[in-house]
Amino acid sequence: MYPASLRKVPRQPDRSPHRLVLEPNRIEKQYWKDLWRYRELFAILAWRDVTVRYKQTFIGVAWALIRPFLTMMVFTVIFGRLAKLPSEGAAPYAVLVFAGMLPWQFFSTALSSCSDSLITNANLLTKVYFPRLIVPASAVITSFVDFLLSFLILAALMVWFQWWPSWRLLTLPLWVAVAFAASMGAGLWLASLNVQYRDFRYVVPFLVQFGLYVSPVGFSSAIVPAKWQLLYALNPMVGVIEGFRWAIIGGGSFINPLGFWLSMGIVALMLITGIRQFRRMEKRFADVI
Amino acid sequence: MADSDIVIRVEGLGKKYSLHHETSERYTALRDVVARQVKVAGRLLNPFTLAGQCRKAHTQVAAERAQREEEFWALKDVSFEIRRGERVGIIGRNGAGKSTLLKILSRITEPTTGRVEICGRVASLLEVGTGFHPELTGRENIFLNGAILGMTRREIRSKFDEIVDFAEVEKFLDTPVKRYSSGMYVRLAFAVAAHLEPEILVVDEVLAVGDASFQKKCLGKMEDVADREGRTVLFVSHQMQMIVSLCSRCVLFSSGSLVDDGAPASVILNYQDVGSGGAAFVDYLRAGKPPGNEMARLLQGWIQDRDQRLASEVAIQHPFSIHMVYEILVHVPGEPFPNIHVFDSRGNCAFVSAARVNRFQLVSPGIYHAICTVPANLFNDGCYTVSLALTFAHSGIQVGFKDRQALNFTVVDPIDNVPTRETGYAGAIPGVLRPSLDWVVQSQAKPSPIPQLQ
Repeated sequence: MYPASLRKVPRQPDRSPHRLVLEPNRIEKQYWKDLWRYRELFAILAWRDVTVRYKQTFIGVAWALIRPFLTMMVFTVIFGRLAKLPSEGAAPYAVLVFAGMLPWQFFSTALSSCSDSLITNANLLTKVYFPRLIVPASAVITSFVDFLLSFLILAALMVWFQWWPSWRLLTLPLWVAVAFAASMGAGLWLASLNVQYRDFRYVVPFLVQFGLYVSPVGFSSAIVPAKWQLLYALNPMVGVIEGFRWAIIGGGSFINPLGFWLSMGIVALMLITGIRQFRRMEKRFADVI
Repeated sequence: MADSDIVIRVEGLGKKYSLHHETSERYTALRDVVARQVKVAGRLLNPFTLAGQCRKAHTQVAAERAQREEEFWALKDVSFEIRRGERVGIIGRNGAGKSTLLKILSRITEPTTGRVEICGRVASLLEVGTGFHPELTGRENIFLNGAILGMTRREIRSKFDEIVDFAEVEKFLDTPVKRYSSGMYVRLAFAVAAHLEPEILVVDEVLAVGDASFQKKCLGKMEDVADREGRTVLFVSHQMQMIVSLCSRCVLFSSGSLVDDGAPASVILNYQDVGSGGAAFVDYLRAGKPPGNEMARLLQGWIQDRDQRLASEVAIQHPFSIHMVYEILVHVPGEPFPNIHVFDSRGNCAFVSAARVNRFQLVSPGIYHAICTVPANLFNDGCYTVSLALTFAHSGIQVGFKDRQALNFTVVDPIDNVPTRETGYAGAIPGVLRPSLDWVVQSQAKPSPIPQLQ
C-alpha cells in the first residue's frame, strides 16, 4: 500500500492535452501528426467538393461519364480512322485511347483543381489553422471520384469489344497510385506558386491543353521514333499512361523500359520537391494570398 | 497563483510585414518580378559600369530594394500572460495589431520574433460562418463548419440538436443556406461556433451581427463558457459596452505594442484619451493596407475646421467638415454613396449620415473626394469617433469599404459665446448631442388648448 499522502496527490487541473509553442521558423515536427489529426477535415472538404460539384447540374454525375466518353470517340475517329495510327497488339483502338484517357483526364482535372484550390479556399486559409496540405489533397480526391466513375466506361468498352483483361489488371491500383503522385506533385508546385504569382492561373489551362497532345493519349507511344523515346519519357505522364495500357491491354502493349523508369523517376522527384516547395511556402500563404 | 494556471504566455512577440510600394495590387504578378530582375541585370551588364562601377550599381540596387520594401511591424515586442478562465478584451484602433495577434495565436500566421506558449486547444472565431458553402444545406454546413473549427464528427453529432435549437432553424435544415435570410445564416453560424469546446476561445468582432435578442443570447453563452466551464476567452471588439459587460480584463494595443492592461473600465478610459489626440486624419496612401474590396478603397480621411486646418479639436459653436478621399476601382451600376457613422465615447451611435446621390447613374473608376459639413452646435462636448464607409445600393446593399474608428475628434466647449450656454449655466450638460434649437417663449393670459389628435 502507498502512504495516504502519496495516494491523494492533489491532481493538477491539467485538462490541456497538449502544449503548443509558436516561434518563428520553427521546424514543425508535429506537422505530419497534425495532418493525421485533421483527417476528418480532409474527408469533409473532399466530400464538400464532390457534393457541390454536381449540385444544380441537370444530369449531375453523368457529366463525369460524358466528357471522357465523347473525347474518346473523337480521338478514336481522328487518330484511329482518319490518321490510321496503329494500335498496340490486337487491342481495339477505342480501348487503347480510353486506357490513356483515364489517367490523363484524372491528371488534368486534378492538376487544375489542385492549383486553384488554395485561391478558392482563401477565406479558410486566412481564418483558421489546419495543415494546408489538406486543401490540394482534397481537390485531388474530388477528381479521383470522377476517375473511378470513368472506369464504368472502360468496363462497358471491354464488354462491347469482348476484350478480356489478363492478370495484369490487378496491378492497376499501383498505376493509379503513380497517377495520383504525378498529379499531386505537379499540383502542389502550381498551387503554391499560384498563391504568390497569379500568372499560373493562365499557365495551367495551357499546360493541360498542351499536355494532351504531347502525352500518348490519342496514340500509342510506340510510334514515337526510337531516338526521341528518352526525351519523350521526360514527360511524366508518358510512364503513367504506358503503365495503364500495360495493365489494361496486356500482352502486346509497348513499354520502353529505360524511358519508363525515367518517367517514374520524374514523378517521384516532382512529388518530393512539390511537397517541399509547398511546405516552404505554406507559412506565408495567409500573409500573401 | 500557480504557474500551471497560465494558459497563454507571450514573450517578445513581433510580426513584420514588408510593404511593396511599387505594386498596389494585392498579389504579385510574375511579370513585375521578371521586369525587376531584368532591370537589375541590365544595369550590371551595362558596358559603362565596369569594375568600380559595379559596386556602385550593387549598392544602388540594394537601396532601391530597401526603398521599395518598407518594413512594417504589425506587432512589436508584445509580452503578456493569460490565466485559465480569464475573459480578456482586446481593444485598439484599426491597425493597432489586434487582429495580427489573434492570427498568430490561432496559428494562421507565424510570428517573426518572440515566442508564444499555449496550453490547450485553441478555437478561433475570426468570422462567423467560415467555410459555409451556399450550395450546401443547413445540416451539411453544420458538419462542414464544425470540422473546419476543429470539432470531430462525433462531437458534432452529439451536439447537433443543441446547435439546431440554439440557431432556431429546425424547419430549414434541409434547405441550402443560400436561401437563408442573413439573420438565419448568422444564427446558424454562431450556434456552431458557440458549441465548440476548446480550452481557449478566440473571438474577433462576431457579435456585431444579428438582432439584439440574438446578441444577448450570444453574450450569455459566452459568459457561460468562461464562468461555468472555466474556459479562457479572448475577445476583440470595438464595442466598448460589450467589453465592459463581458470581460474581466482588458488590454489596449496601440501601433503594434501593448500599452495598457487592467480592469476594463480603466483601460477603456485610457483608450479614449489616447484616441482623442492625433487621430484627426488617416492616410492609407502612406500607411498602406487601405480598407476596401475589389470595387472601392479608402485612401484618406480627415477632419477640418472652418479655417481649413486639420483639427482634432473643434469648438462647439463652429461648423467643421469631415473629408474622405476614396477610389472607385471598377464601373459600378448605381452611384455609390459615401457615409459616416458617428459614435460617442461609450460606443453609442449618435447618428448616420450619407451623401445623397443619383442611384441610377453609372460611376466611372477614379478618385473622389466627399465632404460632409457638420453644422455648429450639433454635438455635446466630448470625444467622438467617426467611421468612414462607402456603400453600393445595387442588388441589395453592398459595402465597398468600412473603416470603423477611422477618425476621432473632440468637441470642446469654451463656455463663452456658446448659444447653448446662454443660460449662464457652466456645469456639465448631459447628452450625446447638444443642438441649438429654436425656441419661442411668450406670455399669455390663459393656458392654450392642446391641438386635437387627427
